[in-house]
Amino acid sequence: MARIEQDHNRFKQIVRGRIKSNLRKYITRGELIGRKGRDLISIPLPQIDLPRFVFDPRQTGGVGQGEGDVGTVIGMGEAEGNGQAGDAPGQHVMEVDVSLEELAAILGEELQLPAIQNKGKKNIVTEKDRYTGIAMAGPESLRHFKRTYKEALKRQIASGTYSPMNPTVVPIRKDKRYRSWRVSRQPECNAAIIYMMDVSGSMGEEQKEIVRIESFWIDTWLRSQYQGIEVRYIVHDAEAREVDQETFYHTRESGGTVISSAYKLCDRMIAKYFPPDDWNIYLFHFSDGDNWSQGDTEECFTIMKERLVPRSNLFCYGQVESPYGTGQFLSDVKEAFPESEKVVVSQIESKEAIYGSIKEFLGKGR
Amino acid sequence: MTLPPALETLRKEIRGYAREYGLDFFEVFFEVLTHDQMNEVAAYGGFPTRYPHWRFGMEYEHLKKSYSYGLHKIYEMVINNDPCTAYLLESNSLVDQKIVMAHVYGHSDFFKNNVWFGKTNRKMLDEMANHATRIRRYMEKHGVEAVEDFVDVCLSIESLIDPHSQFITRDKTPDGTEKGDEEKQIVHRLRSKDYMMNFINPPDFLESQRQKLEGERAKARRVPEEPVRDVMKFLIDYAPLDAWQREVLSIIREEAYYFAPQGQTKIMNEGWASYWHSKIMTERALTDAEVIDYADHHSGTVASHPGRLNPYKLGLELFKDIEDRWNKGKFGKEYDECDDIREKRDWDLHLGLGRQKVFEVRKFHNDITFIDTFLTPEFCQDHKLFTFGYSKKTATWQITAREFRKIKNQLLFGLTNHGQPFIFVHDANYANRGELFLSHRHEGMDLKQDWARETLRNIQRIWSRPVHIRTVVEEKPKLLSFDGSEYTEKEAGEDLQVA
Repeated sequence: MARIEQDHNRFKQIVRGRIKSNLRKYITRGELIGRKGRDLISIPLPQIDLPRFVFDPRQTGGVGQGEGDVGTVIGMGEAEGNGQAGDAPGQHVMEVDVSLEELAAILGEELQLPAIQNKGKKNIVTEKDRYTGIAMAGPESLRHFKRTYKEALKRQIASGTYSPMNPTVVPIRKDKRYRSWRVSRQPECNAAIIYMMDVSGSMGEEQKEIVRIESFWIDTWLRSQYQGIEVRYIVHDAEAREVDQETFYHTRESGGTVISSAYKLCDRMIAKYFPPDDWNIYLFHFSDGDNWSQGDTEECFTIMKERLVPRSNLFCYGQVESPYGTGQFLSDVKEAFPESEKVVVSQIESKEAIYGSIKEFLGKGR
Repeated sequence: MTLPPALETLRKEIRGYAREYGLDFFEVFFEVLTHDQMNEVAAYGGFPTRYPHWRFGMEYEHLKKSYSYGLHKIYEMVINNDPCTAYLLESNSLVDQKIVMAHVYGHSDFFKNNVWFGKTNRKMLDEMANHATRIRRYMEKHGVEAVEDFVDVCLSIESLIDPHSQFITRDKTPDGTEKGDEEKQIVHRLRSKDYMMNFINPPDFLESQRQKLEGERAKARRVPEEPVRDVMKFLIDYAPLDAWQREVLSIIREEAYYFAPQGQTKIMNEGWASYWHSKIMTERALTDAEVIDYADHHSGTVASHPGRLNPYKLGLELFKDIEDRWNKGKFGKEYDECDDIREKRDWDLHLGLGRQKVFEVRKFHNDITFIDTFLTPEFCQDHKLFTFGYSKKTATWQITAREFRKIKNQLLFGLTNHGQPFIFVHDANYANRGELFLSHRHEGMDLKQDWARETLRNIQRIWSRPVHIRTVVEEKPKLLSFDGSEYTEKEAGEDLQVA
């Protein structure tokens, strides 16, 4: 058994390498998002094959068996009709299942993301009991029925007192087996991500797509770093409200942009659900940076300085480029928090820039 | 490992029937495997021990997945070895096990008696294990990556062998030509008086003789003298490799030669085994209660999908056809020349030579000669065979013909050289710069371009000097080259015309 496992692992390593070298493509195209299952994600890869001298398959033809006149279609051509499947015609695509954890690890390696340092809650430890073993002694309530009778049967057969004609098995004290448990200690660290998105009139489909792809990868990475993770979504134009994931990505509102509304809601949310002492909090805000007024921007900074930044691990602001040009907010943030470790800004002009932006956001290991 | 008693009884029974019918097989050791073990063994091509390589892992992944989706199930596997090793799937019903055993005895008989297997190593189980040990050792010494990389390179040219070379000697033995060479160096003139010189020894003739000699000398200087088909052997002999690399290349080549006859006789081998399982089961081993299960399983094995040709089916039907024809005397001059269809259909001379004939066929033929000799127009018609091809216009595969000639040609073409292109080493000192010149004998079909380039790159890694291959792309002669860093492609001129 060990042999095939070796070769199997080797194969998986190769697959991993392929994913890694294609990661930029996957990130910019966002094609993986629709392929996500519960724990696994299915990634299309060009089939890994050893090249040989072979005939062009489309010139060979063959012999078949069955009904049909000359000219009857017996199969559809591959690839050529839909050029996007592979770069070269006739290239087969295989689907590889990769766990999200694995994908996050690949992302981490490729972008050289540092592991996240929890913000000092190592003293909170939870104990968990897991029934993993079998013991010779224990309380009757934990008696393992099947094991006990197996032992009894073994003993009776060995001693010759078992008769198939009268298959009565009576366990004695020595036969009894009990479930036993092990206590595992786990440092408790919860994390919450709050995504905020500007859905004002200037944010088009393209911009939302960028936000969507970027948050997918951020999610994937953070989930690999924490056990349980809570994700909340806020959309705002002139007002802010909390929405579910579906709405977050798909609503299109219109109207002006008052960023402080989102920050206020966010602050209330933290206060209510995520006491900063127990939670690692990540805040991401995406906007085109066209805030309503300079006055509101000032208000935003006050909330950030006093409330949001001190309470969170990381505050990320990503500015996407809208058809109406890029806004002022980004440079304002830069000015207001020139030295802060916790505040990260990134300009995302296009899908190609997502790759770099993820690195900027998560590259600090906070 | 011993079989469970129930299976052991069956084995003895089936083996008895097989002997009774005159099958002459290597002894068969059966092993019972769970489906997971079966997938594992299948990934290794039937061998329990192979050298470590990721492609076995890929195959395993593939088998495991398609098994869990219920797309396939491997009923049996058998290894050409003396004794034969065969695997039974644990979860099979007893009827299935019976069929598989009968089938396996058919294979074993074929391995032992078919002449194309005459030169295969019958201790291949051990040999493969030795290969595994050696490659593992190289990995320890030179690093897994390096060795695995090189194995990839070797596998890429695995098909460039000459399966017939095992039966004939291609190298011409030099028979003291040393002296002859010296003599041939110059063109002799006949003695004559001066004024007759131009008539006795015409200058044109002398010139042409001189050129001929020149040509021969040039050829003698060339390596190889004649184009070589066993590219692997040529590289082992002449490429600048480290000792371990040479060994790895030899190992891959040896395994390629071992598997070659199985590729050459796929249709026959499966046909023969199916012929015997159906014979043994229907005439001897089946109990009344098992008939339905048997019929179900058997029809599954020989089922044909439109557009695909099932080798089990084709082989089985051809063997049955041969038996029938030789029983009834449907062969020879008189039968061939008869042009009354009804008379031909009802032809029966009561010769009863069928059984004898099929045994003879299984001994001397391979798939190519089998199809060439025994495929008849009647057979093609009865079994609704057709040829198909790719239509660029509609991007679909279509039926192209139902004529006997075309079907036969297509079948034979697909079987010739395993349906792979003929590649020769033509010159190892191309352009007098130690570059390797290969040629593809173009027979109407182009090479798959992207793969050809990749393969060229791999050969270049072995040869280390630039490598070229002359081929034809869309009806124009082309020379593809790889010099270690980039590919070039140019029109091949007349000077590159090769055999």
